[in-house]
Amino acid sequence: MTEQTPKMSARDVSVFYGDKQAVKNVSIDIDMDKVTAFIGPSGCGKSTFLRSFNRMNDTVAGARVEGLVTLDGEDIYAPSMDVVQLRARVGMVFQKPNPFPKSIFENVAYGPRIHGLAASRSELEGIVESALRRAGLWDEVKDRLSDSGTALSGGQQQRLCIARAIAVDPEVILMDEPASALDPIATAKIEELIGELRGRYAIVIVTHNMQQAARVSQRTAFFHLGTLVEYGETDAMFTAPRMERTKDYITGRYG
Amino acid sequence: MSALALIFVVAGLGLIGWLTARARAASFELGGAKRLHSLPGQHGWYVAIWTVLPALLFIAVWSGMTPRLVQDAVLQHPAAAQLPAFDFERDALLAEAKRVARDRSATAFDPVAEQLVAPTRAAISYYGWIGAGVSVLLAFACGALAFTRIKARFKARTRVERGVMSLLLLASLIAILTTLGIFLSLLWESLRFFGQVPITDFLLGTHWSPQVIDANDPGKSLGAVPLFWGTFFIGAVIAMIVAIPFGLMSAIYLTQYAAPGVRRWMKPILEILAGVPTVVYGYFAALTVAPAVRDLAVMLGMPFASSESALAAGLVMGVMIIPFVSSIADDSIAAVPTAMRDGSLAMGATRSETIRKVLIPAALPGVVAGILLAVSRAIGETMIVVMAASGAANITLNPLESATTVTKQIVDLLTGDAEFDSPKTLAAFALGLTLFVITLILNIVALRVVKKYREAYE
Ligand SMILES: Nc1ncnc2c1ncn2[C@@H]1O[C@H](COP(=O)(O)OP(=O)(O)O)[C@@H](O)[C@H]1O
Ligand SMILES: [Mg+2]
Repeated sequence: MTEQTPKMSARDVSVFYGDKQAVKNVSIDIDMDKVTAFIGPSGCGKSTFLRSFNRMNDTVAGARVEGLVTLDGEDIYAPSMDVVQLRARVGMVFQKPNPFPKSIFENVAYGPRIHGLAASRSELEGIVESALRRAGLWDEVKDRLSDSGTALSGGQQQRLCIARAIAVDPEVILMDEPASALDPIATAKIEELIGELRGRYAIVIVTHNMQQAARVSQRTAFFHLGTLVEYGETDAMFTAPRMERTKDYITGRYG
Repeated sequence: MSALALIFVVAGLGLIGWLTARARAASFELGGAKRLHSLPGQHGWYVAIWTVLPALLFIAVWSGMTPRLVQDAVLQHPAAAQLPAFDFERDALLAEAKRVARDRSATAFDPVAEQLVAPTRAAISYYGWIGAGVSVLLAFACGALAFTRIKARFKARTRVERGVMSLLLLASLIAILTTLGIFLSLLWESLRFFGQVPITDFLLGTHWSPQVIDANDPGKSLGAVPLFWGTFFIGAVIAMIVAIPFGLMSAIYLTQYAAPGVRRWMKPILEILAGVPTVVYGYFAALTVAPAVRDLAVMLGMPFASSESALAAGLVMGVMIIPFVSSIADDSIAAVPTAMRDGSLAMGATRSETIRKVLIPAALPGVVAGILLAVSRAIGETMIVVMAASGAANITLNPLESATTVTKQIVDLLTGDAEFDSPKTLAAFALGLTLFVITLILNIVALRVVKKYREAYE
């Protein structure tokens, strides 16, 4: 593996909810041109850890993050870090599609508007179109951009949310089980989309589905009870896991 | 026999029915079946219900009829010929006779009434005994009939269940029927009014002065437009200018910014405010706000400004409505899924951007419905305007001038000397009916909006 500086990295990160520690001293590097998958049994802290990369844990009352998280080497928990800017650079897609109760166009235009990315209406339209194209949704919705985003199917809603995240041109996209609420066909579309987005954005995807991790990711991190058990190349991990616990999980002995 | 004693007797019969039926059911042969369909107690209840219920119904109907019957009987008496023909005095004498007839220690002032005491007493006791006899008989007959029906296989349990259900249904119908009754009586009186005053004069006329009514053309001075304007201006414009921003902002603070500790005591306090008797707000309006508003008007160059301005009443009404708007807005904002808020925050939106661009638009239908309900409350509010608004019916856009409202006029029309079939008095019912219909429509619209909104997030 060539030594490149990681896009994001976590060093000794612990996350607490009140007195309860949900993530324990996790260190990890996220590379720019790879898809990184977080796997592990439910409740092991994958979502919590993921949310420490865009400081969404700040919005949870009683949540506290310790350790160092950097983006391009910069500490994102430093007082000088602007959370608004951080979240524009590190986008997020949630488990359950959560389009705003606005039109399809307004959903995608939301980020560019609040960050002032478009100087004119036509520029905004251009941004919306290219985001929808990259999310593979343009052909399906181009004739009904003014329809409500909530009227789309679940899979379309999730791709709309991806388009919404892409529209502000982030560097990293965090996805928390983006396909777990979708049917197999919609899931396949999302996985295909992740493949297309790879390279342009650093992508981190949480999934409880190991086949999905194997299909979409190049690196996989296995979590158990708040700790990082094993982290490495996806292929290696699924064929020859180094740790006993990883092997047990992958072969379905628990989880 | 008094109605209370009668009820006790019937209840006693019911108890006897319950005991005997239970005892009898307990002695049933099982006859091959593993157990009785119903427990002995349920047979007891079946008989008890049949004993008590028809008799009670009869007592209720009969006590409603007796006064009428007694009066008719008394009027048959020769002494009744001396009664004055005029309704009002006649009723007063009959009432006096009745009072003395019931209360032996009292004496009548009027000689005619004195003469009527004995026949009244006789009639009361006569009809009282008839009622007692029939109800006891009814209780006995129905109870006995029910008793003959209970057998080992009789499904008393199911029957009792049905009886309980009917009772509950009856209870819930009473509220609805009462409302319906109120509405019908309003409608009835209003129809009498519209028999004397053309409805178009009332609804479209712009001149309101019920003190001077031209008997040949009463509609000329009973045009309600100034009242509806005043109601709308005070309740829907001025009050809402106060209540909407403050209510909304307090809801936003409570749902989005307040620490849980603050919210825990602040929300109940707001809700308690909603329960303060409106007369208290009325004092505040009349004694504190109204003079201040008048001083302001004088300062602004209206030397003869009224102290009964639309502004004073509207401001205080708005304050009264704040908790109401706040509580409904609070519920609507809290009902917006957290995922929506998180989605916006994760895009890099600030808290206030998220509130303005996502939460409020998403909660808007609920908020609008809440505002409609608040308006409907404000325009029906009476005490504040009675105490602080003026009686002068003006159509004005100047909040410093006086304006009156529908509710205030209803109170004015019905207090003091009132003849119950003059257009002036009947106008109060027409006003009440119109207000009733308007608030009803507002409430229906609001409930529909809320329902649609709830469905959107299910
Ligand atoms: N908002 C919260 N408050 C308190 N505890 C939480 C909260 N969110 C998650 N947890 C707890 O933290 C642990 C990790 O949760 P999570 O990160 O959601 O796990 P995963 O995504 O792997 O299923 C769980 O035990 C969960 O109960
Ligand atoms: Mg999770």
